[in-house]
Amino acid sequence: MRPVLANEQHRHGSRALGFLVALCLLLTMSAAVYAQQSPGPLDEAYQLLISKSLKDKQKAVTLIAESGDPISEPLLRTLMEGDLYYEEAAQRFVAGERRGKEYALRALSDGSELGTVPRKAVSKVRTNNAVRKQIREVLATLTLKSADPDVRLRAVNELIDANNDNLGAVMRPLLETENNAKVSAALQTGIALSELQHGEAQQRLEAIDSLSGSLNQTVRNTLRRIADNESEAPELRTAAADALQSIAGRIEFYGHLETLFFGLSLGSVLVLAAIGLAITFGVMGVINMAHGELIMLGAYTTYLIQQAMPGATGWSLLLAIPAAFMVSGAVGILIERGIIRFLYGRPLETLLATFGVSLILQQLVRTLISPQNVPVSNPSWMSGSWQINSVLSLTYNRLYIFIFCLIVFTALYLILRKTRLGLQVRAVSQNRAMARAMGVRSARVDAMTFGLGAGIAGVAGVALSQLTNVGPNLGQAYIIDSFMVVVFGGVGNLFGTLVAGLSLGVANKVMEPWAGAVLAKILVLVFIILFIQKRPRGLFPQKGRAAGN
Amino acid sequence: MSFTLKKLSLATLAITALSSPFIVLADDETIKVGVLHSLSGTMAISETTLKDTVLMMIDEQNKKGGVMGKQLEAVVVDPASDWPLFAEKTRELLAQEKVDVIFGCWTSVSRKSVLPVLEELNGLLFYPVQYEGEESSKNVFYTGAAPNQQAIPAVDYLADELEVERWVLAGTDYVYPRTTNKILESYLKAKGVADEDIMINYTPFGHSDWQSIVADIKKFGSEGKKTAVVSTINGDANVPFYKELGNQGISAEDIPVVAFSVGEEELAGIDTAPLVGHLAAWNYFQSVESDENEAFIDAWHAFIGDEERVTNDPMEATVIGFNMWTQAVEKAGTTDVDAVVDAMIGIETPNMTGGTATMLKNHHLTKPVLIGEIQDDGQFEVVWETDGEVPGDAWSDFLEGSKDIISDWTDPVRCGNYNTVTKTCSGQNY
Repeated sequence: MRPVLANEQHRHGSRALGFLVALCLLLTMSAAVYAQQSPGPLDEAYQLLISKSLKDKQKAVTLIAESGDPISEPLLRTLMEGDLYYEEAAQRFVAGERRGKEYALRALSDGSELGTVPRKAVSKVRTNNAVRKQIREVLATLTLKSADPDVRLRAVNELIDANNDNLGAVMRPLLETENNAKVSAALQTGIALSELQHGEAQQRLEAIDSLSGSLNQTVRNTLRRIADNESEAPELRTAAADALQSIAGRIEFYGHLETLFFGLSLGSVLVLAAIGLAITFGVMGVINMAHGELIMLGAYTTYLIQQAMPGATGWSLLLAIPAAFMVSGAVGILIERGIIRFLYGRPLETLLATFGVSLILQQLVRTLISPQNVPVSNPSWMSGSWQINSVLSLTYNRLYIFIFCLIVFTALYLILRKTRLGLQVRAVSQNRAMARAMGVRSARVDAMTFGLGAGIAGVAGVALSQLTNVGPNLGQAYIIDSFMVVVFGGVGNLFGTLVAGLSLGVANKVMEPWAGAVLAKILVLVFIILFIQKRPRGLFPQKGRAAGN
Repeated sequence: MSFTLKKLSLATLAITALSSPFIVLADDETIKVGVLHSLSGTMAISETTLKDTVLMMIDEQNKKGGVMGKQLEAVVVDPASDWPLFAEKTRELLAQEKVDVIFGCWTSVSRKSVLPVLEELNGLLFYPVQYEGEESSKNVFYTGAAPNQQAIPAVDYLADELEVERWVLAGTDYVYPRTTNKILESYLKAKGVADEDIMINYTPFGHSDWQSIVADIKKFGSEGKKTAVVSTINGDANVPFYKELGNQGISAEDIPVVAFSVGEEELAGIDTAPLVGHLAAWNYFQSVESDENEAFIDAWHAFIGDEERVTNDPMEATVIGFNMWTQAVEKAGTTDVDAVVDAMIGIETPNMTGGTATMLKNHHLTKPVLIGEIQDDGQFEVVWETDGEVPGDAWSDFLEGSKDIISDWTDPVRCGNYNTVTKTCSGQNY
């Protein structure tokens, strides 16, 4: 029996769509009839594709690519993405997506729904790296003439990386018709690279000249090979070495930029984790050991919302921000009303009590949800990276979280400076008795302040869920760092927390390459201890009356 | 107060007096099997599965009529991922419960903590997890992989099949990754890899900020030579590591990562998209097609009552160890530790990948080595395997100081740390 493509079985539904569709159908049918009569190259490929041998699959990919059939592109793409299934009963290939114990099937040709089948009815067409690499190259050649310049650029870069002998021959005709500047530049790099390897002596020197600004990895490696090869002409070798030198300088510059970005990103995570604490500890003076667990609750809220809204990862993440604020804030107010308010002025007891709360919250999550980590997925706009050039790329998740951190900080700053609540918070924290005398309900303000700090911790949890594992122990990993940042920045100073967090992040990342992750962390800690010895009130100490107590 | 205390101790005495003859009675009728796996704490995720595996095996064995006509009885304790508690619980199992055998431990540090107690009370432990080697105790049977049954073949695969020339050895900062990487480093250098082509990196447990390390790996791998990462990163730090690799655009086709601690259980329930195509080296994969494996998976699903539960390599090692122990007890005709230890050597049992596991003189097994690529359903596609089984080597041939050392628990050597040059036993028991 011969496997058939899904679209051939799908013709009944579209019959009513008029003459044009009917014509198409006729074509499809005739194609199917043709395929039945004489086994074409695709049929052989299909047989090879369901074989267990990965070598056979590579042969199948070649056959499919050579067939020139319109189905080959979606077929190969689905295969590369790991969504290609073989439906045993219908003997056809389909695109499948797992939904619990069933698979939702789609036709390869037009993506139309084919309903769901139980798991045993389909078997996955498995691939390995070699097969996927082969498909990627094949697809690059197929998409060189795509209408989308981004797709063309990716295809050209793919071919430059592959660096085949026919690179120049493939790219020269494309350059004449190319109208996008970026793609043209990439094509020129490819042609120069080809001339550098296969051209005449003069052509090669010119190629080096035009490539000396390129950051492309294949170009660099080719240049290095020439500079190190003693059988090459001396002037060629010097030219290559000079070009490498100037490239190395640029790479170093971008390397520093990258380190800075890494540091700011780590710093923004620290700031996010600490900024809630800057309110509860910094402004109110409560040592809240359950702060980490409030972050964890925010992360779990993200998880639960994502579970409730399958298929809308992006929206669920946005929705999780206010939701996490509410959940953690409410728990925070509960903690303040239930425990902390009886313990004001007794820091040791507060510490122990909130530590107990943190254990209770962890166990609660373990019992109610799961003792294991839960999967929180990233929306597509949070994955991948912004490729500035071949050596510098900024990952989107880190970039967004840095921006998010600044937004949260600004919002909090405005709340404390510009709103009535902020005014009351500052009044109570500076002089409780006087504030009460002026008619401020200090107990209510305490609860609201703690709720605000806790809510911000929950919002931090949403951000952290995108970077790290969400599990019952999530909070513990951040509690020490949070206290470190707040103390370093100066207790009671929001701006200090921002500067402290970001500078600790950068310091950590600058040290990491030569000291290693473990030692860098230790060095930062030692530095803070020494710093606190010298300036016990942190980077930005409170001045005047505010520093009174 | 003192009155109540006295009453309490009296009651306890009475209970002990009443119950001790009962224990003696039970001893005659059943064979006690100790299960020493963490059921709480950080390791519970991995170890609970192994506890269930032992219980399943005991259940099946009892249905078959037990061992030597006696029923098996499980004694489950919870060492709670707390290393000193492992030693205390072992003492409890051996001295109070008088178990005949223990199946247990996961991390190397827990095994090291248990060893002195086992040697002192002459207990018997089956250890089912891949480890760093450099150890062989008379009282322990190592049914997981030694470095030459996992790490070395994986490196051979990368070097020979994928033509890898530059190596990143990345690991979590504790004894297993450090020892394994030491062995790998000297093995690579012996193969002629230059110093500047090896990059070694350690990170703390639960590390989550992988940006600069991944950027370093990317830079290291962009110099024209095929690069691979050999990962001994343990636990949940793997998830952000692979995520960061994906985000920075490093695909498995560019720089493959081969991991020694990432299996089916670790992949269950996480978003596997960034991991697809990366590799893992084990001695068993759930996806292996063999009659033994299918029967095992069916039995596991029936026992645990959940079709979605996966099987993994340490589970296979537990099953092999259990089957060998029952055979050895039948062969020796007693559960006496010394007799069973002697009977164990040379015992054969089918493994689940279609071959045979044999217990060697050094208390290690023969095992096939499989390299699998991660698929997006959390299963592995086997891309390479050794021809037949590889005998486990307790003392690595690639480490200065352990090159000349062998372990042989048969006459006339009977030593776990025997120097073949000086022909002496070091006197160290393990």
